Amino acid sequence: MVPDSQAAALAAHVRDIAAVARFQDRAAFARLFAHFAPRVKAYLLRLGADQGQAEDLMQEVMLTVWRKAPAYDAKLASPSTWIFAIARNRRIDALRRDRRARFDAEDPSLLPEAEALPDRTLDAGRWERRLAAALDELPAEQAQMLRLAYYEDRSHGDIAQSLRVPLGTVKSRLRLAVAKLRTMFESDR
Amino acid sequence: MIHTPRPISEEWLVDYAAGAAPEPVAVLVDAHLSMCPESRALAARLDAVGGAMLERIEPAGLSAGALDRALAALDAPLPAAAPPAPAAAGRIPAALLPYTGTDFGALAWKPVVKGVEEVVLPTRGAPTHRMSLLRIVGGRAIPDHTHYGDELLLVLEGGFEDGRGHYARGDVCAADETVAHAPRADRGTDCICLAVTTGPIRLTGGWARLLNPLLRLRHR
Repeated sequence: MVPDSQAAALAAHVRDIAAVARFQDRAAFARLFAHFAPRVKAYLLRLGADQGQAEDLMQEVMLTVWRKAPAYDAKLASPSTWIFAIARNRRIDALRRDRRARFDAEDPSLLPEAEALPDRTLDAGRWERRLAAALDELPAEQAQMLRLAYYEDRSHGDIAQSLRVPLGTVKSRLRLAVAKLRTMFESDR
Repeated sequence: MIHTPRPISEEWLVDYAAGAAPEPVAVLVDAHLSMCPESRALAARLDAVGGAMLERIEPAGLSAGALDRALAALDAPLPAAAPPAPAAAGRIPAALLPYTGTDFGALAWKPVVKGVEEVVLPTRGAPTHRMSLLRIVGGRAIPDHTHYGDELLLVLEGGFEDGRGHYARGDVCAADETVAHAPRADRGTDCICLAVTTGPIRLTGGWARLLNPLLRLRHR
């Protein structure tokens, strides 16, 4: 996809989430489903779910999208990032039967936000288009680390074991990858 | 003055954002995030890496009628409200409450060495990982040790110094097999840490080496 059509698709997803939130718009939900459901299922399959589990969990994720749409904030995350986080969390909850309490923003032990964090001041869409470009520019060995982490559910310790690479090497590759992405974020301010 | 914690190393945030962190690591990162705005900002960015990957993934075929099934589910009544997530109890991060409860004093602390006590906090899965609370009496130290895997110490109360730096509430001290250290609590206050290890620790100092076989047993 050329960047312009990507931006248009992203804006359409944002509008559809807003329509679900405000009007319980089923046609908008069906459009979100058409784009995201096959991706969420593919993601769950990659993480080792079988067809039935992936399909069931995908259904839960999309139902969560319907119910949580009013909480979506386009300034904080693009639709794909928001839905990725829902899918990741639903899967962890399914594995752990919900024992874990995730931190929430109302937690009184939270320190006040640092001022003007870039992710609060940036338009998530513009930011994520640059992220996609930056991911393409990462050296293969760094991109591989991120792929193994996000697509195969490997912690950096697991990656070191399965690739027979020293733990320190895996850590430094991940840190370099994140540093590259960070440079991009800072230059975008 | 409130101490602003230093952010945890990137590899742990990647594990967390990717959903690849084993339960004890995820709990420690969660607790750290609740105290460290800078790590929260980076974790949010790393979620976006997942979002970008979701856009690039080869979409999977859905079962026949998947959309109809989804549309039919939209009208189902909301499930009974889940019990509200526990709010943080004073200074204990919410992520820890399911494991520790609200009163550290009520836990079954066991002595490890003089001036150091521990409570193991059982977690599911990840048999190689171990999560515990450590309490180091002010001025006392964990004996000099190195590690077979990773060790993460998140400071919850007080502070300690390990020759590489000083750590206070919200800071994470990370050590692996390349690091030997002996965290010493600041004088005057007990230091309480959440400890996650991915392998047994190995004591390196004098007589304490004799305890090693014991520590390996305790690990499992």
